[in-house]
Amino acid sequence: MATPVLDKADAAGQPEPGFADSPYITVTFRIRRFNPEVSAEAVWEDFQLEIDPKERVLDGLHKIKWDIDGTLTFRRSCAHGICGSDAMRINGKNRLACKTLIKDINPEKPITVEPIKGLTVLKDLVVDMEPFFQAYRDVMPFLIAKDTNEPTRERLQSAEDRARFDDTTKCILCAACTSSCPVFWNDGQYFGPAAIVNAHRFIFDSRDDAGEQRLEVLNDRDGVWRCRTTFNCTDACPRGIEVTKAIQEVKRALITRRY
Amino acid sequence: MKIHKYDTVIVGAGGAGMRAAIEATKRSRTAVLTKLYPTRSHTGAAQGGMAAALANVEEDNWEWHTFDTIKGGDYLVDQDAAEILAKEAIDAVLDLEKMGLPFNRTPKGEIDQRRFGGHSRNHGEAPVRRACYAADRTGHMILQTLYQNCVKEGVEFFNEFYVLDQLITEVDGVRKSAGVVAYELATGEIHVFQAKSVIYASGGTGKFFRVTSNAHTLTGDGQAACYRRGLPLEDMEFFQFHPTGIWRMGILLTEGARGEGGILRNKDGERFMEKYAPVMKDLASRDVVSRSIYTEIREGRGCGPEGDHVYLDLTHLPPEQLDAKLPDITEFARTYLGIEPYTDPIPIQPTAHYAMGGIPTNVEGEVLADNTTVVPGLYAAGEVACVSVHGANRLGTNSLLDINVFGRRAGIAAAEYSHTADFVELPENPESFVIEQIERLRDSTGNERVATLRRELQETMDANVMVFRTEQTIKTAVEKIAELRERYKNVSIQDKGKRFNTDLLEAIELGNLLDLAEVMATSALARKESRGGHYREDYPNRDDVNFMRHTMAYREVGDDGTESIRLDYKPVVQTRYQPMERKY
Ligand SMILES: Cc1cc2nc3c(=O)[nH]c(=O)nc-3n(C[C@H](O)[C@H](O)[C@H](O)COP(=O)(O)OP(=O)(O)OC[C@H]3O[C@@H](n4cnc5c(N)ncnc54)[C@H](O)[C@@H]3O)c2cc1C
Ligand code: SF4
Ligand code: FES
Repeated sequence: MATPVLDKADAAGQPEPGFADSPYITVTFRIRRFNPEVSAEAVWEDFQLEIDPKERVLDGLHKIKWDIDGTLTFRRSCAHGICGSDAMRINGKNRLACKTLIKDINPEKPITVEPIKGLTVLKDLVVDMEPFFQAYRDVMPFLIAKDTNEPTRERLQSAEDRARFDDTTKCILCAACTSSCPVFWNDGQYFGPAAIVNAHRFIFDSRDDAGEQRLEVLNDRDGVWRCRTTFNCTDACPRGIEVTKAIQEVKRALITRRY
Repeated sequence: MKIHKYDTVIVGAGGAGMRAAIEATKRSRTAVLTKLYPTRSHTGAAQGGMAAALANVEEDNWEWHTFDTIKGGDYLVDQDAAEILAKEAIDAVLDLEKMGLPFNRTPKGEIDQRRFGGHSRNHGEAPVRRACYAADRTGHMILQTLYQNCVKEGVEFFNEFYVLDQLITEVDGVRKSAGVVAYELATGEIHVFQAKSVIYASGGTGKFFRVTSNAHTLTGDGQAACYRRGLPLEDMEFFQFHPTGIWRMGILLTEGARGEGGILRNKDGERFMEKYAPVMKDLASRDVVSRSIYTEIREGRGCGPEGDHVYLDLTHLPPEQLDAKLPDITEFARTYLGIEPYTDPIPIQPTAHYAMGGIPTNVEGEVLADNTTVVPGLYAAGEVACVSVHGANRLGTNSLLDINVFGRRAGIAAAEYSHTADFVELPENPESFVIEQIERLRDSTGNERVATLRRELQETMDANVMVFRTEQTIKTAVEKIAELRERYKNVSIQDKGKRFNTDLLEAIELGNLLDLAEVMATSALARKESRGGHYREDYPNRDDVNFMRHTMAYREVGDDGTESIRLDYKPVVQTRYQPMERKY
């Protein structure tokens, strides 16, 4: 049997990813600092560090916190884009710090890091997430099935029906979308894209019977009609969810009452 | 300081904590304290699946699942617990489906199932499809579904509350749980929660390794809190090294990738697992595959210029299959390595993954103070606990199962206990230990840094107590840990504030990791045999005569204040399966 040639990268004379001979570079992190225990004003602070460009922005923040300034404060946990802790504005765009590699954001210039917008900043990159989760809870984000007698086995669902809402099940509640939305910035009452995404996840689930109720919630003046289709949310979503499309589908369902 | 009173307090809001909360909230006044927002918990990172013998796609039954679990655990599993796990698996999966979990479906519309390591038909004949899954996002869906149902049930959460101490009061000669002490991240305030029952569901402790699939926040806080109060830790030497972590980063690539047909290859392109496990091949149990990978590397057949990894090859699988079944892990390869898994193999190495050991419990989730005595009012479930259903090596997909089965059991048991019990009086100055700890760190002018000590700890753990261990390497680790514990007394922090002081909490977490690393290495040194995840090159065989027993490690404090670890042992519960040699 012919064995596949596996060391392609080596064969081409290219160093493998993450390999140590890739040069460390010096980058500047320009971070928006705020600590009300110290000052009522937020300020920009620059940090210079050596970093492998294949590392994450989160690794850079850790280097600062661990080796330079322990007071730098941010949330993080999983470090690979799955827990939704570390949405922040990096070079003016909402991203997860753990899913953004230094080399992908032009390390020649200072890398700016700010908290996401539209939610109250509590310290450095940490914002108050409560209003965000409140909007989520308001759309009744749980399956409501009116089965008169619960089946003993699983409910059946065809692969097509399952696929209908697959995209919106991926949400990790990171708030990157909601906090990139100009409507949300101007009006904190707007449910915001993430809540609509999570309503969509149930409205289009064939097992759910409360679509009407959820649509009524979203028909509210602070609901889905506020969306101006700017696509910021879709661009921001680190899970690749077509957020704007989901919102459009909810709007259409409101008009046609078919979903 | 604030004092709160609840019937039931749950520490942790991952899969185990929230499954317990759904039950406990229906039955008693319950509070869930969690250092992370619930949906940030590391259960969300689990990928591959949850085992249950539903037999939706081929013949299967819970007895086969029980056997596989016991064999996979190299017979250190308590067989009564394994039987419960496998039996209740079926309802655990169906319950999640009813709660709304979007499982992948078969053409008939039933829950689809796939292969996973160590799960077999008829006692090892051939791989069986037992893992219920939702693409490679099963843990994400479980975490979201459980959180959704907690919202539905109105579960009361205290988010970003760090539990730092377990309160125990002796009543008529019996040590009972009185509650917990927590630190509120946002304000720095101390909260005492008096509770009739407390459930630990605070997850694993993988962060004492450097190359790990575990989150930064998995620092064994629950294990450490109980251990400090004189409660034992069971089987801490057993840690699972998952074969396929992304090279150097440790990010997990699910075993489901091999379940879908992925193949491990060395630098010659050879499918080397055929040599080590002729029947199960790439789907042998994880300890076997991880050792095989390192054997290849040591014998010079590793890949790359330093020969320090092997490849996970998915290139022969159709792109549509990768997109449908493994979308997240293929994206990890693209994002973090710049590799296209359709066309190129992915460099991998074993990664520290799962703590088999933990706080000892019985099958109701009640915590044990020794081999038999229950601590009234204290419960544990999930990765923090050791029931023991995983023995010396956990099978893939059995942990998402464990958190659901035993999370539910603990939730019910703790809430029901609270109906029959009275509040236990709090110890005098219940907050004193936590306040002292915080003040010492905040006021310290010592010259040691948390990050430096943590790095050195992780390096010594990776080098000395990973996949291969010897007397020599373990002793090196024990000595290094002792040195680090000394230096820890001189740790100081820069952030002296009250608000969101993560600098302080990282220092406390490091203290927990150091305590637990010491227990792990000490337990490993004493176990002079090889079994499951614990492999001693100087004792390469399993020794059932001397070591068919669980390790129980206790913290002892001498009259002069010196601390030491006392090791004791607990018999394994065997019902119907006689230990056999493990072959895959
Ligand atoms: C990458 C990865 C993939 C995996 N894939 C699978 C799989 O496919 N199948 C499978 O069966 N298993 C898998 N596992 C294992 C399984 O996911 C975990 O063992 C399981 O999810 C642990 O759940 P838990 O509820 O015990 O802990 P976690 O989900 O880790 O939750 C711990 C909780 O405790 C809280 N906490 C911690 N410390 C404190 C404190 N001091 N005070 C208050 N709260 C605290 C945290 O906030 C968190 O809410 C995987 C594990 C990893 C890392
Ligand atoms: S839709 Fe995307 S951006 Fe918005 S909260 Fe969910 S994962 Fe984050
Ligand atoms: S740290 Fe979990 S998403 Fe970034």
